Amino acid sequence: MSDITLNPAVAAVPDAAPRSAPMAQIGLVGWLRRNLFSSWLSTAVTLALAYLLIRWAVGFVEWGIVNAIWVVPNNQTQACRDLAGAGACWAVITEKHRFILFGTYPFEQHWRPALVCVLFVGLYVISAMRRFWRWELALIWVATLTVIGVLMWGGVFGLPYVPQERWGGLPITLILATFGLAFAFPLAILVALGRRSKLPAIKVLCILYVELIRGVPLISLLFMASVMFPLFLPEGMNIDKLLRAQIAIILFAGAYLAEVVRGGLQALPRGQYEAADALGLSYWQKTGFIILPQALRLVIPPLVNTFIGFFKDTSLVLIIGIFDLLTAGKTAIIEPAWQGFGVEVYITIGAIYFVFCFAMSKYSQGLEADLNRHRRR
Amino acid sequence: MSGTAIDPRLLRAPPKRSLRLSWSDERFRGIVWQAVVVGIVLFVFWWLWSNTVHNLEVRRIATGFGFLNREAGLPIAESLIEYSPTDTYFRALMVGLLNTLKVAVVGIVLATILGTLIGIARLSKNWLLSKIAGVYIEVIRDLPLLLQLLFWYAILQGLPGPRQALNPVEGVYLSNRGLKLPALEWQDAHSWTLLALVVGLVGTLLYRRVALARRMQDGQPRPVWPAALALLVALPIGVWWLLDSPWTISWPELRGFNFRGGLNISPEYFALLLGLVLYTAGFIAEIVRAGILAVAHGQWEAAQALGLRPGQVLNRIVLPQALRVIVPPMTSQFLNLTKNSSLAVAIGFQDIVSIANTTLNQTGQAIEGIAIIMLVYLTISLSISLFMNWYNARIALVER
Repeated sequence: MSDITLNPAVAAVPDAAPRSAPMAQIGLVGWLRRNLFSSWLSTAVTLALAYLLIRWAVGFVEWGIVNAIWVVPNNQTQACRDLAGAGACWAVITEKHRFILFGTYPFEQHWRPALVCVLFVGLYVISAMRRFWRWELALIWVATLTVIGVLMWGGVFGLPYVPQERWGGLPITLILATFGLAFAFPLAILVALGRRSKLPAIKVLCILYVELIRGVPLISLLFMASVMFPLFLPEGMNIDKLLRAQIAIILFAGAYLAEVVRGGLQALPRGQYEAADALGLSYWQKTGFIILPQALRLVIPPLVNTFIGFFKDTSLVLIIGIFDLLTAGKTAIIEPAWQGFGVEVYITIGAIYFVFCFAMSKYSQGLEADLNRHRRR
Repeated sequence: MSGTAIDPRLLRAPPKRSLRLSWSDERFRGIVWQAVVVGIVLFVFWWLWSNTVHNLEVRRIATGFGFLNREAGLPIAESLIEYSPTDTYFRALMVGLLNTLKVAVVGIVLATILGTLIGIARLSKNWLLSKIAGVYIEVIRDLPLLLQLLFWYAILQGLPGPRQALNPVEGVYLSNRGLKLPALEWQDAHSWTLLALVVGLVGTLLYRRVALARRMQDGQPRPVWPAALALLVALPIGVWWLLDSPWTISWPELRGFNFRGGLNISPEYFALLLGLVLYTAGFIAEIVRAGILAVAHGQWEAAQALGLRPGQVLNRIVLPQALRVIVPPMTSQFLNLTKNSSLAVAIGFQDIVSIANTTLNQTGQAIEGIAIIMLVYLTISLSISLFMNWYNARIALVER
């Protein structure tokens, strides 16, 4: 820029110092005025909510921290009962946390289910990273699930054998969710393809399966698995309860995931199908190389949301008496000394479920934003 | 385009080829694949069926629905119809079905109202309100429903007994025996008043249709509100007044160890309803929010530019478009709520699943019991989706 100005009138005027915007428009005050006190109604709502929020927070801190009892000597819960609801009895968690997390697994072997939980979390983290999204991931899954099986059962490498009846707590929840997912997902892809197939018999079978399963509650399938399944098998053959529940969960999740996958198949432009046909690819080549990679990418966010729903739904096995995290929590407070402290236990278990689901939910939102980047202007 | 003749070659049907028994013939491959799949499915079903028949013979379990006429002998705490343990299993199952419907219908209505409010709050310009709604939605959706039900039930059970019942408003008592509310003592006159209200509602809707049809012909607006006022307010009040206007409120009173009178909501039902409504409302809120956001901003602006009043903008422009996005996912939430009401069995509310489960434990009729549960839910699911599909078709976009 040159310092010579052509307009003498402008040059004559001394430079006006730039003024900042009025205080009421910018900074904290401006933000408060815009977002909390923009009108009389808004101000009233803000004040009322702030009052309720502070009152509730103070009450919760008093109950959960100030008045709470953290430890009691050998099951003497009288101190907790004397509070009469004025404070939380976290002593129930201090006392029972091993039981809630690992159920009746032998106490000195608790490092094994703990390691299993860590392995599961590691598996989820790796699966969530996009750089690992290739076929080798399937190998990692198989390897990890095998190690998990070895750790839980034992009987080899000097680990004492632990029968399945003694497993419980968080590992069961993670096993039901993870194995359910690992088997339901391929099933769902096959069913979704079948439902869009040109072959009438296969199409009808897939529609029947999906609609029947989606029309009934998961509980009825779990009841079926626990009561009816033994009748289906030949005499003398028996499958244990956990596996039966697992099968019911796989069938259930398969139907819901199939609908999500079908959404992706439908959303794909016809040109992709026709182009693959024009190249002379066979059905499976077309599906495996052209259709599925694109269709699945389209439905990743709803898939993750279905996973979340499904992770929460594994808690329903409580009703047929399988020892998952929630059942362990409910059982922990059956003992007379600890009766009546359900709220504390359920808040703790809720926090565990929340961590898993919240992580998945945030991941799904991030992924959705990432995958839709090309659509943003 | 209409004048152009269509190429006659396009009208010709594709050449009919006879089916060749060769693997390179696509149709032949299709038939073989279908035969294989159907064969496998039939074989599996036949295998399961024959095993079942054999197992039933070995265990001497008679099949069939004859047990429905036997005496149930199972006590049911709350029931909409007359029931005693000496009644039949059929009647017990009917009680369970009605209890399921009682939860589902009330739950759907309440969850829709609460969910819509939270969804709108989420879009509020007030930062605090919007954030609180957001946190609510996120937390409630990330916790298993069963956990929430057990949590609410534990809280209700931890409440003081009837003698120290919480009494937030006069006539409302909250104790570990449930929620007590004052209730209107129902008399015949009230039934007639209700009937008059329904007649008035139908009449108003008919009048509105006729008025709208006339307006379409001559363009003269005909206000509906005088007819609505007469039919919806004056008619029921008139009927009620003619029948001596009875109005007795029954207040809950503490007698001995429990309350008498008033409306009683058991802790089981209350916990179930609370859990279902709060949980489903979280999902409905997200649907409502997405539906409102789906209406392009230009639509609001265009409507305002046309000089429509804010109410008209919402009624005529935004809602009809938002509903198209909202209704299909809302249907599945209603279905979810109905199916989730089966979790009642975990907290001891006797719905159809709970009673069918007790029945199959008592009689050993596992297959029939589960068949009944599945049939009931399939019927409810189908009815809800038929109704919502009909509604969806009504509000769907009419294109040329």
